[in-house]
Amino acid sequence: MSDTAAHPREDDPEGAEEPAEGADDAPAADPDETPAAGAVSTGAESVVAALEAAGAETAFGVQGGAIMPVYDALYSSSIDHVTMAHEQGAVHAADAYGVVSGEPGLCLATSGPGATNLVTGIADADMDSDAMLALTGQVPTEFVGNDAFQETDTIGVTRPITKHNYFAGGADTVGDTVGEAFELSRAGRPGPTLVDLPKDVTQDETDETPGPAAPPAGTDPDPNADADAVEAAARAIEEAERPLCLFGGGVIKAEASDAARTFARTYGIPVTTTMPGIGSFPEDDELSLSWAGMHGTGYANMAITHTDCLIAVGTRFDDRLTGGIDTFAPEAEVVHVDIDPAEISKNVYADHPLIGDAERVLDQLTAAVREAPDAEAWRERCAEWKETYPLTYATPEDEPLKPQFVVEAFDEATDDDTIVTTGVGQHQMWASQFWTYTEPRTWVSSHGLGTMGYGVPAAVGARVAADNMGEPDRDVICFDGDGSFLMTMQELSVAVREDLDITFAVLNNEYIGMVRQWQDAFYEGRHMASDYTWMPEFDKLAEAFGALGLRVDDYDEVAPAVEEALDYDGPAVIDFHVDPEENVLPMVPSGGANGKFATAEDQL
Amino acid sequence: MSGDSSDSRPATDGGSAADAPDDDSRPAPSEQPGPEERPHPEGRRNLEGIRIDPVVEAEHESRRAVISALVEDEPGVLARVSGLVSRRQFNIESLTVGPTTVEGHSRITMVVEETDPGIDQIEKQMAKLKPVISVGEVSGDAVTAELVLLKVEADDPAAVHAVCDMYDGRTLDAGPRTITVQLTGDEARIDDALDAFRQFGIIEIARTGQTALARGDTPTAPGEKPGTAGEPTTHDS
Ligand SMILES: Cc1ncc(C[n+]2csc(CCOP(=O)(O)OP(=O)(O)O)c2C)c(N)n1
Repeated sequence: MSDTAAHPREDDPEGAEEPAEGADDAPAADPDETPAAGAVSTGAESVVAALEAAGAETAFGVQGGAIMPVYDALYSSSIDHVTMAHEQGAVHAADAYGVVSGEPGLCLATSGPGATNLVTGIADADMDSDAMLALTGQVPTEFVGNDAFQETDTIGVTRPITKHNYFAGGADTVGDTVGEAFELSRAGRPGPTLVDLPKDVTQDETDETPGPAAPPAGTDPDPNADADAVEAAARAIEEAERPLCLFGGGVIKAEASDAARTFARTYGIPVTTTMPGIGSFPEDDELSLSWAGMHGTGYANMAITHTDCLIAVGTRFDDRLTGGIDTFAPEAEVVHVDIDPAEISKNVYADHPLIGDAERVLDQLTAAVREAPDAEAWRERCAEWKETYPLTYATPEDEPLKPQFVVEAFDEATDDDTIVTTGVGQHQMWASQFWTYTEPRTWVSSHGLGTMGYGVPAAVGARVAADNMGEPDRDVICFDGDGSFLMTMQELSVAVREDLDITFAVLNNEYIGMVRQWQDAFYEGRHMASDYTWMPEFDKLAEAFGALGLRVDDYDEVAPAVEEALDYDGPAVIDFHVDPEENVLPMVPSGGANGKFATAEDQL
Repeated sequence: MSGDSSDSRPATDGGSAADAPDDDSRPAPSEQPGPEERPHPEGRRNLEGIRIDPVVEAEHESRRAVISALVEDEPGVLARVSGLVSRRQFNIESLTVGPTTVEGHSRITMVVEETDPGIDQIEKQMAKLKPVISVGEVSGDAVTAELVLLKVEADDPAAVHAVCDMYDGRTLDAGPRTITVQLTGDEARIDDALDAFRQFGIIEIARTGQTALARGDTPTAPGEKPGTAGEPTTHDS
C-alpha cells in the first residue's frame, strides 16, 4: 500500500523486512496486554513505536518540514503510509478508514498550512464521534509563539473540534502522549484527538520507549447502566402501546448492531435509525422503518411522531433528526441509552437515562424486559404507513435520467457488504434513501458537519480499510455530486497510484443541487451561485488521472456502465448526467414537525 | 438495466418507459396524504425537550448557580473551559481561577445564570474536558466572596473614609483627586457598598467575580476531601 515503507529500501534491504521490535504483536485492545514498544533513539521513533504498539496499521498524510522527522521514522516501520494529494484528503480518508475498520484512523500533516488543511476533517470527525488521531508537525518549541515560518496555533485552532488535543512537551514523553491520544480517541464516546509535535521534540534523542498505551483515567466509563434505571426503563417498554426503537451512530460505533437486532426482534418493536445509524438494523427487515429526519422516510417520521415510548440508543438528537423539538415524539416517554452523560437531556429530555455502552445496555434491557409490549396494532399501523408513504420517484421516458434510478441500479448490482461513501447534497440523500443497507459500517458519509468533498477521500480510506481487513472483494462505491466531486477529486490520483478498486458515480446535475432545491423552495427560484454549468467532463478528467472514465446520459446506458465500472479492477468514474431539476423528497422543512413532511414540492 | 428491472417505481402520466413498470401499486407522491391531512398528536414538548404536562407549565426560569470545578493546572485549561462556555452560549456571570492546596490542581469557580437544564449541561460538558477532575454546583449556603477595587473622586475625603470604614473596606491609595478603595464580601454586601460609594462619583472599578467554598464539612467539588493547612486536598475518583 505504501509508497515508501512497504518496499524494502534499496540501500538497506533489511530495512522494511525487520519492523521495529514489538510491532508485529500489535494490535491489542486491552491496555494491560499491549506490548511496550521497541527500542527507540529519537522522539519521532518513539511516536512511531507508540503507534505500532497501539495497533495502527495505516496512516494517511502529506509530508512537510515540521513533520519530516516522524516520516523519517515511518520509513522502516510496519505502518503503511498513503500519501494523499491534500491534507483534507488525508483526514477524511483516515476518518473513513476508522468508520469501516472500527479502529481509530490516523492522519499526519506538517505545521501551519498542513495542520489547517486538516481542520475541516477533524471537525467532521468530531461531529460524527469518529475515532481518529491527527499528528501535526509544529515549529521547534523555541519558535512557538513567534509567528515563525509555517507556524499556526494548532492547539488553539483545534481545541473546540477535538475530544482533546496535546502539545508534545519533550522527546522522553512524546511516545506516551501519542499512545494516550490514540487510546483516548476510542475510549468511551469516540472522537478525534490531536498531538502537536514541535520539530525539536521529534528530533531530540531519547531512549525512553513508550509504555503500554492507555486512555487517561476516567475517560473509559463504566459500560453498564444503573440497574434500577434499566428496570424502570424495562417497565416503561413493557407498558408501551406504540414502542419504537431509534438507533443512532453510537450503535454502530459500540459494535452493538447484533444486540440492537436481538432486542428489537425479541420484543417485536419497530425500528427507525438516524442517518449515521444506517446499517445498524437491516432495512429489509419487516420491523425496519428505515431512517428518520429531514429527508428520512415518511413512515419513519410518522412513527416518531406517534410513538408513546421511544427507545433511543446512541443518538444525540441532532436537529436534522428532530425537526422542531416541541413536536418531536411529543407523546413519547424517552428511554435514552448513551455512553456520554452530556448527551442525556441535552436536546430531548430523557425520562429514562441509561448511561453506558450501547451493546451492554441493550443486553441489560433485553434481559430486563420480561414481556413484549402489546404492540400488534402499532406494528400494523407502521406497516400501513409504509404502504402510504413509500419512497418513490417518477421515471417517464422523455425525462432525463433520474439519479435515484442510478442508486438503485448499483444496489441491485452489488452485494450487501458493499461500502458506500458520499459527498454532501442531494446525491447523499438519494444514496441513503434508495439503497437498502443491511450491515453496519457500510454507510460512510459526513453527517453532523455535512462536508462537501467527503466522498472521494472517504472512498480511498474505506477501500484501504477493507483491503487491510482482508476483504478486497467488497465493492466500494462513492456517490458524489458534481460540486462535491470537484472539491476533492485530486484524490483520484491517489486511487490510481495505489490501484484502488473504487467506483465513483458522479450524479451530475450541473447544479449544487441541494442549494438549487432550497432556492426553488424558499428563495423564489433565484439560483444565485448554484448554477454549475461550467463543470468539466468528468469521464475525460478520470482518464487524465489514469482512471477508467465513462459517461451516461440515458436509462439504457446505466446497467452496462455500472457493470463495466464494477468489473474494472481499479478506480472508475461514471459521469451520470441526471435530471437537473430532480428534488429530494420527502422533506421536513427545517425546524418543522416530523409528521408534516412534504412529499411534493408544492407542500413546502 | 432498462426494461426488465424488478423494482416497483410508479409510472406517471405518459410514463410508458419500460423502466417504470405498470404494475406498481405504490401511491405516487401526489397521491399520498398531504401534511395537514395526516393524524397529529396533541402533545408537545417545551424548548428543553421536556414533555409538557397540560396542567403543569413546564417552562424553566433562569437562576443563579455557583459551579466549582477542580482541574489539573495544565496550560490551556482556562482556555478550554472558557471556550466551552462561549461556544455553547451559556450565560456566565463570572469566572475565577486559583490554586488549591494540591500542587498541580486549580479551582475554577463559575457563577452562571441559567435554567436548571442549562446548569446541568454546563456541569456535564465541563466534566467531559480532560483536565477537569471534578465539577459540581456549590449549594446555596456556600461561603462566597468577591474582591473589588474602586476609584472615586476625592472631593470629600473624610466622607469617603467614613463609608469605607462602614463596609470594612481599605483605602489603598489617596491622592488629591482620587481615592482607591478595596472591598471584599459576598454579593449583597458589595452591592450595598457600591450604592453608598456612588454619591462620590465612581471613576473606575475592577471586580474579580465571586469565588466560593462549600460551608462546613461539605466538599466543594464532588468527591473532594477538604484538607487543612499542610494536609493537601485529595480527591477520590
Ligand atoms: C464544504 C461545503 N461547502 C458548502 C456546503 C453547502 N452545501 C450543502 S449541499 C450543497 C450542494 C452540493 O452540491 P453537489 O455536490 O453538486 O451535490 P447535489 O446536491 O447536486 O447532489 C452545498 C453547496 C457544504 N455542505 N459543504
